Amino acid sequence: MSDCIVIQGSNMAECHPVGFQWVMEAKARGARVIHVDPRFTRTSAMADLHVPLRAGTDIALLGGLINYVLTHEKDFREYVVAYTNASAILGEDFVDTDDLGGLFSGFDAQGRHYDPSTWAYEDAQMVPSAGDREQTHASAKRARDSGAPSAAGSHGPTLEAQPNIDLTLQHPRCVYQVLKRHFSRYTPQMVEQVCGISPEQFDQLARAVTENSGRERTTAFCYAVGWTHHTVGVQYIRAAAILQSLLGNIGRPGGGILALRGHASIQGSTDIPTLFNLLPGYIPMPHAHEHEDLDAFIEQDAQTKGFWGNMKSYTVSLLKAWWGDAATAENDYCFDYLPRITGDHSTFSTVSRQVEQGGGGYFLVGQNPAVGTANAKMQRLGLANLDWLVVRDFVMIESATFWQDGPEIQTGELRTADIGTEVFFLPAAAHTEKNGSFTNTQRMLQWHHQAVEPAGDARSELWFYYHLGRRIREKLAGSTQEMDRPVLELTWDYPVEGPLAEPSAEAVLAEINGYDAKGEPLASYTALKDDGSTTSGCWIYCGVNEDGVNQAARRKPGSEQTWVAPEWGWAWPANRRTLYNRASADPAGRPWSERKKYVWWDEDAGRWTGHDVPDFEVTKRPDYRPPPDAKAQAAIAGNEPFIMQNDGKAWLYVPTGLADGPLPTHYEPPESPFRNAFYHQQANPTRQIYPMPVNRYHPSGDEPGAEVFPFVFTTYRLTEHHTAGGMSRFLHYLSELQPEFFCEVSPELAAERGLEHTGWATIVTARAAIEARVLVTERMRPLQVQGRTLHQIGLPYHWGANGLSTGDAANELLSAVLDVNVHIHATKSTSCDILPGRRPRGPALLTFVEGYRQRAGITAETGTESKTP
Amino acid sequence: MGVRKTALQWPVLRQITGPDVLGRGAATRSAHSAQLSPRTAHADKLVKSVCPFCAVGCGQNVYVKDGAVTQIEGDPDSPVSRGRLCPKGSASKELVTGPSRQYRVKYRRPHGTHWEDLELDTAMDMIADRVIASRKKFWAWEQDGKRVRRTSGLASLGGATLDNEENYLMKKLYTALGAVEVENQARI
Amino acid sequence: MTSFANRLFGPLDPATEAGYLDPPTRKGFFTDTSVCIGCKACEVACKEWNAVPEDGISLTGMSYDNSVGLGASTWRHVAFIEQPSGAREHPGEESASFRWLMESDVCKHCTHAACLDVCPTGALMRSEFGTVVVQNDVCNGCGYCVPACPYGVIERREGPKDEPAVGLAQKCTLCYDRLKGDLEPACAKACPTQSIQFGDLDELRVRAKGRVDQLVEAGVSDAQLYGHDPRDGVGGAGAFFLLLDRPEVYGLPPDPVVTTKALPQMWRQAALAAATLLVGSLAAFVERRNR
Repeated sequence: MSDCIVIQGSNMAECHPVGFQWVMEAKARGARVIHVDPRFTRTSAMADLHVPLRAGTDIALLGGLINYVLTHEKDFREYVVAYTNASAILGEDFVDTDDLGGLFSGFDAQGRHYDPSTWAYEDAQMVPSAGDREQTHASAKRARDSGAPSAAGSHGPTLEAQPNIDLTLQHPRCVYQVLKRHFSRYTPQMVEQVCGISPEQFDQLARAVTENSGRERTTAFCYAVGWTHHTVGVQYIRAAAILQSLLGNIGRPGGGILALRGHASIQGSTDIPTLFNLLPGYIPMPHAHEHEDLDAFIEQDAQTKGFWGNMKSYTVSLLKAWWGDAATAENDYCFDYLPRITGDHSTFSTVSRQVEQGGGGYFLVGQNPAVGTANAKMQRLGLANLDWLVVRDFVMIESATFWQDGPEIQTGELRTADIGTEVFFLPAAAHTEKNGSFTNTQRMLQWHHQAVEPAGDARSELWFYYHLGRRIREKLAGSTQEMDRPVLELTWDYPVEGPLAEPSAEAVLAEINGYDAKGEPLASYTALKDDGSTTSGCWIYCGVNEDGVNQAARRKPGSEQTWVAPEWGWAWPANRRTLYNRASADPAGRPWSERKKYVWWDEDAGRWTGHDVPDFEVTKRPDYRPPPDAKAQAAIAGNEPFIMQNDGKAWLYVPTGLADGPLPTHYEPPESPFRNAFYHQQANPTRQIYPMPVNRYHPSGDEPGAEVFPFVFTTYRLTEHHTAGGMSRFLHYLSELQPEFFCEVSPELAAERGLEHTGWATIVTARAAIEARVLVTERMRPLQVQGRTLHQIGLPYHWGANGLSTGDAANELLSAVLDVNVHIHATKSTSCDILPGRRPRGPALLTFVEGYRQRAGITAETGTESKTP
Repeated sequence: MGVRKTALQWPVLRQITGPDVLGRGAATRSAHSAQLSPRTAHADKLVKSVCPFCAVGCGQNVYVKDGAVTQIEGDPDSPVSRGRLCPKGSASKELVTGPSRQYRVKYRRPHGTHWEDLELDTAMDMIADRVIASRKKFWAWEQDGKRVRRTSGLASLGGATLDNEENYLMKKLYTALGAVEVENQARI
Repeated sequence: MTSFANRLFGPLDPATEAGYLDPPTRKGFFTDTSVCIGCKACEVACKEWNAVPEDGISLTGMSYDNSVGLGASTWRHVAFIEQPSGAREHPGEESASFRWLMESDVCKHCTHAACLDVCPTGALMRSEFGTVVVQNDVCNGCGYCVPACPYGVIERREGPKDEPAVGLAQKCTLCYDRLKGDLEPACAKACPTQSIQFGDLDELRVRAKGRVDQLVEAGVSDAQLYGHDPRDGVGGAGAFFLLLDRPEVYGLPPDPVVTTKALPQMWRQAALAAATLLVGSLAAFVERRNR
């Protein structure tokens, strides 16, 4: 469907080879394939064009493309005017980065946070989104300032009134004009200076993207953690969203911004989250400072437009699913049983608590942070400081054996006998040994059926948690303590089956789907009620058990269906395969073009129709205009496709909801060999830091000592391995294909540092020194940046000490520094040094790294400043 | 094989008497070769599954014989993958049947220097006890004067190969226990 | 009937030639390296299906190729060739000549297979599909086939004696068992981008011709087929390739010739010698009887 596919922040051919067949098919049909990446990878080898860039500068490039579109008026104007917030007029108080040296108005340097009130539309009362309410005290302050909290999940903040608009897009404070000014400095020359991309290559890219967008053509962007693993990761995606919205590439076939997720059910793990800040279906975890009761939690959202206006129905149905008859209108449906969050409780904060305070228990369930998370030592020191640890995995991973032979034992920092952590290793069942569903990268649930019983003590997580809960409830039975009531009143009566008393996964799926007042399976989230008469464990998955049939297990062969294949698996919401697909038709409901026909209004039938399930109320006419007092989806007009947004529009500018600014802005990575050429402000001022002895930061830019780490390394995956290696390093057939940890360097860097092909190199940061075999390859290219040659080093991060294929973990080198919006670590662009030969062993390794810290003058304060002095 | 060996099946005799005069094909084919068939044809069952590695969600056909997985390959019916698998997906059989897998509970006591064996039932009971104790020890009703109703005695980090149903039970149980430090690979 | 010489050289249908009455159409591989993403799914799928053991865990430094080449325990092998550019005067510029070529290599299943011709036990066998198959239950591990292969594909497996097929000649069977069950070979089935295509050889040759023409037209002037021509030194390969450069670049012999091409001549001489010997013996026998 795509006419041009830009793969940036992803190495799709290597990390999603089978998905890449569709890129190859598009290419065979004539689509242009472009790979933007610091390295020449197997994806680049297949692309029509490879654009090497400096890691960590994608906003500069995307900003350049946005500037190109605006300067040359290449935007899809009719789409932009009708479907985006380009016409909205901002308040007079908003001050952009151009006038504040790279900061937006409202910055509080002491608190490292923004007060976003000046970012709002003119005359519109804005309140922040729920998704970022846990952020430090800023959100609490904002919530106080704006009078009341909202809870719109991660799908857009609350917006109380329609903004003033100028459909001619000429008003100097309309979003379109603000955008033009903001990105005007992102010129091809600046792109060259910052990214190391020649103006000729930039022009090739800009032409390809704009010539393949519009009424007749569409361009897709594919990304992965190459975009998210930055302190400005969310703003990377925002930049792509602006570009694609301007080009009219959202909600249309062959368009979109496709997140290529890297784990079988990582999408499912956010939909039904094991994440601290979310309840199932992106309902936020309630906040202690804001949500005394259910009404306070719901209040703001019940007023809003769009489907989040029904949040009370979703929340009450969830509470009913969890606490059943105990949840009543009188007791607020047990809303009080939900523990409250008071800030950031993400994994890095948990680990820093473990390191600094210790104690308590920790469950690692198919996860190997001892090598798989940034600053691996910090992770291990946390593990070594627990009361008890449960590790559930297929194989003996490093997170289970850190006390035996971890790197700290080898350096003498820790002694096995001194480590008090009690460790339980429990073998896990594989996907062939249990029933259940994965949600893939396109939001599609697919059921995997049990083939065999797990052997020995291996059990599913379903078994483990069900029986653990059952035992805890049995042990607590009879307790009259208030703290035990949520546990004892929990609905926890799943039928068990088979020789191992495995709980029925289909029964759990049925609870997730939910039931109506008569106990019949619900068919759609639109049937959920806020009066306690319905249940649903995850409202966006409501419909997956329609008619009591496991829709995720549907397997009508693709060859017997249309290309959309709606009868294979089940995609949330409502089995829609492309989100916001109402945008594939013009405001009057007609396809933008015959070539890009997807969903359209059928006047005769009086309904939306097309190749996909319309992502719109199916009988809402294109000319429907809501009455002034309309609520929720009724307030969405017939020409507003973005039905989860509370103004029905795609946002080019984010008036509220982001912690680090309403527009993407290029900041240097926190540890960079270069000054920010765009602004005085060097790094993202709101980046989340952990100033701990185990987590020291580098000087950056022109700070003294930055020259000690003159190179940049980026971490990534290979086709032949999987994440931290637990599912690949222990297999013969994969280990032999990539047998050892290696680094990739250019011939120029090899010559400069005396690195020998297949010899050893030591890579050093303030955290650690690790060793890797050297691959000297032209696939790594030196770049010219700000008049200097920059060498980048490639480090696949799959390794650790255990398994068949072994090596140091690249994550030893990284610091814990996060994007404040989502608390995700930065792994893609970090300064370092590289030397020939193997690293020191034993205590000498510590001395070696300490030597680097001293030479670079690193103190507890280094790299922690927020606003650049 | 069920085929009686007779003098008539001697390769040399077949070579001389048959059309394969040079003895390179039909005449040299052993009885075993002649009767070969794919092992999947003898599977007790074919089970539909999904690849557990990345999020493309390729369809897998899992073949089972005598209670053991004998082959895992792509499901041609899948509109996602059309029967294809990458090297990791193709290595799924080793993932689920390979020699590196652990099948027994291991226990390391505090300050211990080696693993010890432990019955699964005992381990489950010990873990339940520890959950209850740590939950209570680190319980807080309030923080800064605001009701929090939670414990910091339990934290969890899950991989993103967990099934939706598993994540659901985890979140439900942890939340009821008052644990908030519940995280997933999705953050990492 | 074809002449004796033709039976060891030149075009023919190998299954009919090998005595199969009304065999299925000849099957083979067309490996289109222009769409190979170097994922090595073929290597793993082959090993999983055929229970081929791990072939050593060591870093070679040959780009991303750590399985080195075809052998007893590597029946599909993906070669990675980093084609260097000239001196780079402008750092950061895409060098027009830098290429990363990937090619999944496999046994060629020659029309005239020297391995099979020299096999004294009949362990190497032409199947009804026209493919060349090793029969483990027949092979005695003599190893005559190893030097006979003009591509260096077949090899005796080394390792502990109690491991499967150790000491025996091993190579790709084109998944003989799967073919007999109407399944495509494991590697072709797994291949994410259809770089490995399995099917009727005649049809594959037509398809390959179309593909190479398309590439040449698109400006990939070095695109060429390898092993597709029945008039070549092995009578055409059952597994042939579309390459983006000369065969030598991929480590393939540019003009392989079946090593038994000269065999008829040798046989004629051997037959003469044998006849002389026989006549001599008979003469001696007759002489003795007459005495």
